[in-house]
Formats: sequence, structure tokens, C-alpha cells
Amino acid sequence: MKSVILKTASTYLLPLLLLFSVFVLLRGHYLPGGGFIGGLVASIAFVLHAFANGLQNTRFMLRIHPGFLIPIGLSLALIAGIAPMLIDGSPFLTGLWFPNPIPVIGMIGSALFFDIGVFLVVIGVSLTIIFTISESA
Amino acid sequence: MTIYEFLYYIIMPILSLSGVLVFVRFVLGPSLSDRVIALDLLITIGIGIIAIYSIVNNMPTFLDIAMILALIAFLGTVAFSYYLEKRDKNE
Repeated sequence: MKSVILKTASTYLLPLLLLFSVFVLLRGHYLPGGGFIGGLVASIAFVLHAFANGLQNTRFMLRIHPGFLIPIGLSLALIAGIAPMLIDGSPFLTGLWFPNPIPVIGMIGSALFFDIGVFLVVIGVSLTIIFTISESA
Repeated sequence: MTIYEFLYYIIMPILSLSGVLVFVRFVLGPSLSDRVIALDLLITIGIGIIAIYSIVNNMPTFLDIAMILALIAFLGTVAFSYYLEKRDKNE
């Protein structure tokens, strides 16, 4: 689509939306948000870029095929689940927390890494689906 | 008249009435473009209702939901217009 307004807007919206998705991801433990909706916002950012600049440019900007994010995210979530079993022998998916909160990010625990895994899986799945559909259309 | 009475008795009826009117246009809409515009406007009215809800219940986190809804509505309108343009070229 040849629209100067949309192209310029997407250049500014892409980093802004990625920042917003990370904000939603980090807030998700006690307030509305989390890995799923954060991943959706991030994939919306890339889809908007693809609509404005063409699919080839977005694929070139991403460098890797978005499908590779799915195994990375799944293994990260699995590691976050197994870690408490290895460290102190508590059951699978028990929450492990560092005692002191870290500035900006807040409390860090295994739940955060599980959420990051969900985030990556959602980005990978939705971008793979949407890119495949818009290629064949 | 407090701000809450103003929101309940003036703004909410206006938004509800306009929602009904826009939905009538969405159902009748002679062309596909009218329906796309009506859908966009319906979501915008929904954003207004969410904003009022978050003010009345004093929950600022609901405004983020309105923001994500606005984002999805914008993307949907862009996608609809993209495929409308594509279809016009093919015919």
C-alpha cells in the first residue's frame, strides 16, 4: 500500500509499540497484562510495519523466521518450570523469587521467565500465521 | 451536578444512542466501505464507554485495555482498506 502517512507513522509506532508490549509483559504479575497480551501487541507492531512497508521488508528486518521463536519460548518456559525442581526440590512450576526487588523491573522470579516464554511463543505463532495468510492472499 | 451524575445521565445515554445508530448503519450500509467505517466508529464508542467505566470505578488500569482496543481497531481498519484497494484493482 503506497501511503506516506502510514509509512511514516509505522516507523515511529514500531519501537513505541514494542516498548508498550514489554511494559505490559512486566506489569502482568499483579495487574492486567502478561505474556499473552504483550506478545499480541508486539506482533501487531510487526504486522503494521508489514502493511506499510511490504512483507519482504519486515521479513528482512526480523532477520530470523518468526517460527524459530516458538521452540525458544517453549524451552524457556520449560526451564522456568524445571528450575525449582533442580534448585530446592520443590514441585514443578513452583514460584522461585529473589528476595529483593530490582529497580524498574520489580520482583524477579521464575514466573517472569515463564511469561517471557509465553511472550515469545505468541509472537512466533501469530506472526507465522499472519505472514502465511497474507503471502497466499 | 457532580461529575459522576454528568457521566451517568448525559454522556452514557449519548454514547449508547450513537452506538445504536452506528449499528443501524453497520447493518444497512449499502457498500462495504460504509460497514468498515461503522465498525471503526463502534469500537471508538466502545473505547469511550470503557473510559467512563474506568473513571466511575476509579480503575486507571482499564485505560490500557482501551488503548489496546484502539490499536486493534486501527490495524483492522488498515487491513480492511488494504484488501478493499486490492479487490478494486483486481476487478
